[in-house]
Amino acid sequence: MLLTTERLAIARGGLRILEGLSLAVAPGQALVLRGPNGIGKTTLLRTLAGLQPPALGAVTLPPEGAAYAGHADGLKATLTVTENLRFWAAVYGQTDIGAAIAAMNLAGLTDRPAQNLSAGQKRRLGLARLLVTGRRLWLLDEPTVSLDAASVALFAEAVRTHLAAGGAALMATHIDLGLAEAEVLDLAPYRPGTPAAGQGDDPFGEAFA
Amino acid sequence: MLALLLRDIRLATRAGGGFGLSLAFFLIVTVLVPFGVGPEGGTLARIAPGILWVGALLSCLLSLDRIFALDREDGSLDLLATAPIPLEGVVAVKALAHWLTTGLPLTLAAPVLGVLLNLPQTGFTWLTFSLFLGTPALSMIGAFGAALTVGLKRGGLLLSLLVLPLYIPTLIFGAEAAKRGAEGLASGTPLLMLAGITAGSIAILPFAAAAAIRVNLR
Amino acid sequence: MSIWEYANPKKFMQTSSWALPWVTGLAVVALLTGLVWGFFFTPDDFRQGSTVKIIYIHVPSAMMAINAWAMMLVTSLVWLIRRHHVSVLAAKAAAPIGMTMTLIALFTGAIWGQPMWGTWWAWDPRLTSFLILFLFYLGYIALWEAVDDPDTAADLTSVLCLVGSVFALLSRYAVLFWNQGLHQGASLSLDKEEHVSDVFARPLWLTMAGFVLLFVALVLLRTRTEIRARRLRALEARERMA
Repeated sequence: MLLTTERLAIARGGLRILEGLSLAVAPGQALVLRGPNGIGKTTLLRTLAGLQPPALGAVTLPPEGAAYAGHADGLKATLTVTENLRFWAAVYGQTDIGAAIAAMNLAGLTDRPAQNLSAGQKRRLGLARLLVTGRRLWLLDEPTVSLDAASVALFAEAVRTHLAAGGAALMATHIDLGLAEAEVLDLAPYRPGTPAAGQGDDPFGEAFA
Repeated sequence: MLALLLRDIRLATRAGGGFGLSLAFFLIVTVLVPFGVGPEGGTLARIAPGILWVGALLSCLLSLDRIFALDREDGSLDLLATAPIPLEGVVAVKALAHWLTTGLPLTLAAPVLGVLLNLPQTGFTWLTFSLFLGTPALSMIGAFGAALTVGLKRGGLLLSLLVLPLYIPTLIFGAEAAKRGAEGLASGTPLLMLAGITAGSIAILPFAAAAAIRVNLR
Repeated sequence: MSIWEYANPKKFMQTSSWALPWVTGLAVVALLTGLVWGFFFTPDDFRQGSTVKIIYIHVPSAMMAINAWAMMLVTSLVWLIRRHHVSVLAAKAAAPIGMTMTLIALFTGAIWGQPMWGTWWAWDPRLTSFLILFLFYLGYIALWEAVDDPDTAADLTSVLCLVGSVFALLSRYAVLFWNQGLHQGASLSLDKEEHVSDVFARPLWLTMAGFVLLFVALVLLRTRTEIRARRLRALEARERMA
């Protein structure tokens, strides 16, 4: 398993938003998170990435297992495409960035500073960053924002290659990627019911119970 | 780690990176002092070590909020926090990059500005040496302050409020060493204390700053 | 029964509501007795005249200024290690009180210093240290105010308190190194080398006890307020969710 969670509960702003989430992601598996805005897709992905602690339960990842990509691409405006990619490759101990540039169709843009890229091109560069991490599990938050149809296909192809190589992906997205093998996980059933007074995450509830 | 250091230095020296701004600020502050206290050489010579230390400290303060805030804005900080390098290392390296692009240039510029302030001949070595020993502590303490305020929209002013009291011991020992040097006295004790503060800051503060960043990111 | 039981908000609210009137009452009695005794029933000092009597406010407030920070350090550590919410709220509650004590010590010091040294302010190590302590309080409180999420604010201020304590101590020694001062030595000490005579010391001990009790009462009161405020916040958040 590349990722398992056990009765995971996550909180945002001190309020429980998802509860009892047990899931397992195996190599070759793509899992798409669905749910209305505000249900906690981003918070869940950040929790899985280790950026915030779970309110309850546990996340199990193999060491150096996951690469996270959030809403922001983490690009430096004054660095060129190559410099940006080389930096992230070096951080993850990789050296080859050619494959990532080819996969995201950035070959014509390598010497351009990131500030001169369009929103879609920036996003492609951000996704290329994932490819240079060499991590097996991808945690993706809205990876296709501002991508055109051709780029979405490019991204779907990259995911497919990644899955075929024994990788896995967990992503929050609203659009259909055309990935037949992707499973969909609807988060709505994991919403907690209205907690009774004096319970939940409010540590001071009991003082007045 | 090396890649991060190189990236930060490259970012600082590219257009809009703010490299040189601190230096220019240092120059202006130093130039303003004689207008305030008068051109009399003896007075200037007496206050020169202190003014140069305070000026270097303020110039350093100016660029602190860039250490983490920019990385926070474009999402790099999230990605660095999930990257295989320890966050403590990220903090230490970014503080080092800040020192190389701010503290070190300030140290090198200080003797030149010392001429403007009529700094006695004997003082130049000690001034430069004390700044060389002390400015890394300024960068490291500043990185800690920047880590505390990285989650705030308008953190700049608060950052100064938090960092300046922490700068007091460094300033006292640094300026004292420079002053004693300029007066031809032995400045071994304050220099040792200064080195102690720098070493202690580098040893402890990366952990505190990394903890603060983790709290701010969640 | 362990001390950690009081870290439970419910237990804390129960115990504090019982203890608060007693502590407040004792504080008032100790302060009134100590101050009246000190102001009206002690002789004037042979050198300092009646100005010496400001000692009954100056020394206890200076002591509490430092002790309040020490208490914040301990409670911040308890929060960082054991995650007891009441602990960090007590630290938050103590900060403005400590800051006020620092201000009182500085102002009474200035009023005392003027007739004694002929100046309201001197960059004496003790005075300077208190000024620096005041700046640390200011930063700590400002950070609490600036951060919106209460748990984030608690973590950040606790880290600041820890690091700040180290640097406050460093500043203390740096300032001693920087300037030898005018200030007299410690007013009270246990080794009886040099301190005020017993005539002055007895009411002083009483006012110090009064300041400690007053501090405890204020911290209890403010912590209760903070707990209620947090509860209110949680209820409002839940209402928005529903």
